[in-house]
Amino acid sequence: MLNRDEDILKAAEDWQKAGHGVALATVVETWGSAPRPAGSSLVINDDGTFLGSVSGGCVEGAVVTEALDVIASGKPKMLEFGVADETAWNVGLSCGGTIRVFVEKVG
Amino acid sequence: MKLEILKELNAERVARRPAIVITDTANGEQRLVKASDIAADPMRAELAKQLRMGKSGNVEVGGKKLFLNVYAPTAKLVIIGAVHISQALAPMARALDYDVTVVDPRTAFASPERFPDVPLIAEWPDVALPPLNVDHYTAFVAVTHDPKIDDPALLHAFARDCFYIGALGSRKTHAKRVERLRAQGASEADIARIHAPIGLDIGAVSPSEIAVSIMAEITAQLRLPPKEKEQAA
Repeated sequence: MLNRDEDILKAAEDWQKAGHGVALATVVETWGSAPRPAGSSLVINDDGTFLGSVSGGCVEGAVVTEALDVIASGKPKMLEFGVADETAWNVGLSCGGTIRVFVEKVG
Repeated sequence: MKLEILKELNAERVARRPAIVITDTANGEQRLVKASDIAADPMRAELAKQLRMGKSGNVEVGGKKLFLNVYAPTAKLVIIGAVHISQALAPMARALDYDVTVVDPRTAFASPERFPDVPLIAEWPDVALPPLNVDHYTAFVAVTHDPKIDDPALLHAFARDCFYIGALGSRKTHAKRVERLRAQGASEADIARIHAPIGLDIGAVSPSEIAVSIMAEITAQLRLPPKEKEQAA
């Protein structure tokens, strides 16, 4: 309810208006002890600049990389991160939870 | 997200009106439902439930998995009384992401030196409060200990749908306050909305500790389901 996502969404609108390619990544599902609840979001522009968070910082790097793909292709993507994931050694959630992150292009 | 949806969503957020974005995560299809349009929406039951909980989540409708992202306004905290407790309470509430306003007609109390970086209104409640648009997403605390200031402020809060009302004072002080408020037309339901003595009972002594107990009580009121709220109170 009371997060400061308006700054993130404002940035999404401002960056888009300024001519940037912009993607929005949103936590849509969590299992176990995920650090950020569903609805938490991260906005990324084509410079790789980002604002907000979808985890405690564990997977943001990977989300930004995927978001750049989404900006280029225009096609939304669903990402999943968790300890059970085969990439866990690289970008797993140390808290043991699992999250699904929906990444979509703005505009 | 289409730019037009984003723009509309941002406009609702600036106006402090809740809205929900529905996304079909299989294909990215999306629509925005403003709070005022929920009653007429085919998904009204799901939307209303999600908004009431203030929580984003997934629902299945007609074989489609939909993500409902709830955008509720940032909570406000209105503090009546620029007193010592408020000096601890205001920064604490800001750290918890509340938009804080302090109201106190006594200019010696409501000074920027005592409250750096906090919006201060050195006016009586009848002047200060109407423009603040105290709404459902507002917590309201009266801590001046002065009935001339606290009482009219509390009467204003009763007329609004704020999610929390707290008033400083011992049980004895509160009993007197209740008598005065009743005499000024407050109903039993109004009186029951006041959390007094204010704050969770954690044995708080210092102004900072009292601020912690107040913010803990406000957080419980905001986040706990109704049944657990009673147990915490």
